[in-house]
Amino acid sequence: MRLVRHQLKWEQRLFWRSREAAVFVFLFPILLFTLLTAVYNGRIDGRPAASVLLAGMIGYGAANTAFAGLAITLVTRRELGILKRIRGTPLPPAVYLTAVLISITIVFAIQVVSLFVLGRLLKSTPWPSHLLSLGLALALGAAAFAALGLAITGFIRSQEGSSAVLNVIVLPMAFLSGSFGPTRHYPAVLRAIAAVLPLKYLLDLIKGIYLHGQQIWDQPGAVAVLAAWGLFGMVVALRTFRWEPREG
Amino acid sequence: MSAITVRDLRKSYGAYEALRGVSFEIEEGEVFGLLGPNGAGKTTTIEILEGYRTRNGGDVDVLGFDPERAASAFRERIGVVLQQSQLWPNLTVAETHRMFAGYYEHPRNADEVIALVGLAEKRDARVKTLSGGQKRRLDLGVALVGDPDLVFLDEPTTGFDPAARRAAWEMIRSLRSLGKTILLTTHYLDEAEQLADRLAVLREGVIIQEGTPAELTGGSTETEVRYRKDGREVVVRTTDPTKLLHQLTAEALAEGRELEGLSVRRPTLEDVYLSLTAEHEE
Repeated sequence: MRLVRHQLKWEQRLFWRSREAAVFVFLFPILLFTLLTAVYNGRIDGRPAASVLLAGMIGYGAANTAFAGLAITLVTRRELGILKRIRGTPLPPAVYLTAVLISITIVFAIQVVSLFVLGRLLKSTPWPSHLLSLGLALALGAAAFAALGLAITGFIRSQEGSSAVLNVIVLPMAFLSGSFGPTRHYPAVLRAIAAVLPLKYLLDLIKGIYLHGQQIWDQPGAVAVLAAWGLFGMVVALRTFRWEPREG
Repeated sequence: MSAITVRDLRKSYGAYEALRGVSFEIEEGEVFGLLGPNGAGKTTTIEILEGYRTRNGGDVDVLGFDPERAASAFRERIGVVLQQSQLWPNLTVAETHRMFAGYYEHPRNADEVIALVGLAEKRDARVKTLSGGQKRRLDLGVALVGDPDLVFLDEPTTGFDPAARRAAWEMIRSLRSLGKTILLTTHYLDEAEQLADRLAVLREGVIIQEGTPAELTGGSTETEVRYRKDGREVVVRTTDPTKLLHQLTAEALAEGRELEGLSVRRPTLEDVYLSLTAEHEE
């Protein structure tokens, strides 16, 4: 416990001190939300546009923070030799990863709160009800994306390429899943692709809870799909996660 | 008491045999140098002892642990300087030390360690602003902050300018005076000669020579005599330098000329090393 707290303190300091992480991971969804709500007015699918976009941006934030942000951090540290160096200390690897995961969860939580506050200030979006359901849904989504983030590090060879690779995954996924607007008018092919992506199901949960007054257990299918993605990520991560930089 | 015992250590990467039966022993408080050209197996050996790699055969004992299975209790007692590794560019020197200090049960005071490795003036500088030599000293500081009994240094001065190397040597000597056991790999002969109590020359995965620097150089009895004649450099190696010098000087005196650029030199470790590592290349 002492070690987790110690590492968590340093992880937080490292995150907020790195301008790239703070801007790309933390601020980007908030900026996008500000821009999109300035463009979209009126209603989307019968709900106020700002609330729909708020829900969409929280989902995008989960993917951007817990998946892309985590993966970029870990690939960078691996290729610099920092992960290898950490393994040479008494800090247990599980403690280290736990602290990294908690840290990224804290960043995501602050991001979610900021989005709600910003929506309230700019567009008078309502505060969420069913906080327990929303918290559980976001925790499940963040956990699934974090597992996938750990898994994908094994397939990214270089620090330089990591940001590009992850954006090529996250941005189209967010677009297809409906983070940036309604998907009803998308061609059937695109909607079929979205139907297998984890973000679509996280968005279903967030929208159900925030826009339609549902509880998380009203959508057991979405919960199951997210959990399955998370498990898949964990299995792959256990096989492919590396602590040492690529040779040579 | 020996700090490290290695017997018949073997390691293969696929069909390539990186280590083909390496054995040596390091006493507590000793500075042991592992010397050899690139690709000889130095890093493979040191990383097996640090617990980063598994072995394919042989027995390894490091401070009473088998590093392959050891965990935190083992790592409490070792300090590691990797051949290539960086640290967080956005932390300061002091912060980096404090972060690592938190991983150990009985760490040393971070400021003391920073002073020991000569970074006191850079205490509050971000890591990204440090020079290459300063970053290497940071690596060493971070390796010492847990107050280890045994320190692994994998090519600690590669890429240093001469002044920085001298400074690093002084630091390693001061570690020795603190009673630390040190295993050091290098491909610089002068470094091994300056620092190591004993050394082993590794080549293609086997140890081809082992002993104190004096033993290694003392084994060769040839003396090298150089002088210039008619503008050309002449080099003669002899086991009988007294007689050769007498002849040369007598001739020169008789002819009334100077033996320009005359020098008499005992073989250095470098000569021994080059002849050792060249012998096998046929």
